[in-house]
Amino acid sequence: MSKMTAKEVLLNPIFNNNPIGLQILGICSALAVTSNLKTALVMSVALTLVCGFSNLFISMIRSQIPSSIRMIVQMVIIASLVILVDQVLKAYAYSLSKQLSVFVGLIITNCIVMGRAEAFAMQNPPMLSFVDGIGNGLGYSVMLIALGVIRELFGAGKLMGYEVFPVINDGGWYLPNGMLLLPPSAFFLIGLFIWGLRAWKKDQVEQPSFKMAPQVSNKEAY
Amino acid sequence: MEHYISLFVKAVFVENMALAFFLGMCTFIAISKKVETAIGLGIAVVVVQTITVPANNLIYTYLLKDGALAWAGLPEADLSFLGLLSYIGVIAAIVQILEMTLDKYVPSLYNALGVFLPLITVNCAIMGGTLFMVERDYNLSESVVYGAGSGFSWALAIAALAGIREKLKYSDVPDGLQGLGITFITIGLMSLGFMSFSGVQL
Repeated sequence: MSKMTAKEVLLNPIFNNNPIGLQILGICSALAVTSNLKTALVMSVALTLVCGFSNLFISMIRSQIPSSIRMIVQMVIIASLVILVDQVLKAYAYSLSKQLSVFVGLIITNCIVMGRAEAFAMQNPPMLSFVDGIGNGLGYSVMLIALGVIRELFGAGKLMGYEVFPVINDGGWYLPNGMLLLPPSAFFLIGLFIWGLRAWKKDQVEQPSFKMAPQVSNKEAY
Repeated sequence: MEHYISLFVKAVFVENMALAFFLGMCTFIAISKKVETAIGLGIAVVVVQTITVPANNLIYTYLLKDGALAWAGLPEADLSFLGLLSYIGVIAAIVQILEMTLDKYVPSLYNALGVFLPLITVNCAIMGGTLFMVERDYNLSESVVYGAGSGFSWALAIAALAGIREKLKYSDVPDGLQGLGITFITIGLMSLGFMSFSGVQL
């Protein structure tokens, strides 16, 4: 990785190197919390903060960490930050933290945080690492918020709990698509997002491991 | 006994770790290209899950829970906020110990599991199992059954996905969907299939 400016470090992960779309990191929580926009927003803020600060602290002490126990040191830093977030949520937004249930705790094992700490913060100065953490958090947030908006708007006709499309049951015109609230739809939506992203940025397309040979004679086809 | 069997079946089918709660997705997608490696990883997860969930249950009941330190003469102490930190510590330690024990006494299994053992530390399914156990207040024997069941559910899901992906190699997928995209859609369909279990009442 050559020298990068802070702006590149911040903006790259959002579309060019999206943690969910390309690096296959942090998918677990992306699916479970997006059935409505509010939890998706809280989750993205929490993750962006944890990712930024864990990168900052790990990068500050990166030359003091012996490489044999670096995983444990990283884990301890990340876990302490997550405990902080968890306690704040419990104190100020108790019902929301009940809705998120175990997923706040699972930020610890969210591969984005761990992955960026290992891949970026161990080699770069603190401020740049902080920006990288925030950037990756934003890349994750963009995906999460987009999913949250689609799933809540078309699945329940609401956004953030406010009615946008009046649904038929309340005398409106919109028939909500209940399937979007169910877990599998998140997979389909992410799959389609990745398709869209790769149709736009051709260089992200993966090479197929096995290519169909073109049909040479049309006799066998019948 | 019936209670435990129904808990196990529920953990495997109705509350499948990978397909109903989306835990351990990163490894689930990254290491499901070959059936053999997928099964190896699955077995490792079952073993680790069956040990860590009860171990964390003990730690929660006797050290962290509100009033759990009564035996040490500290009935007011509530250390449950330290939960996350101690669970991940316990998981990391158990994985490390398991790795060393296997290396010494069962080298064949150690070689078969290979790189997957250390990877398990950061698998959300393990951590998730522990957190669900705490949230639902399982006792020790329930947590053993739940650990085994949830581990098995994850192993089942990854083996099935790997099987599908091996077959998928021979199909003509549009360029942009190649690889990650089609995998997501496959998992979506599998998860839709597993949802049919969700009506099962035990």
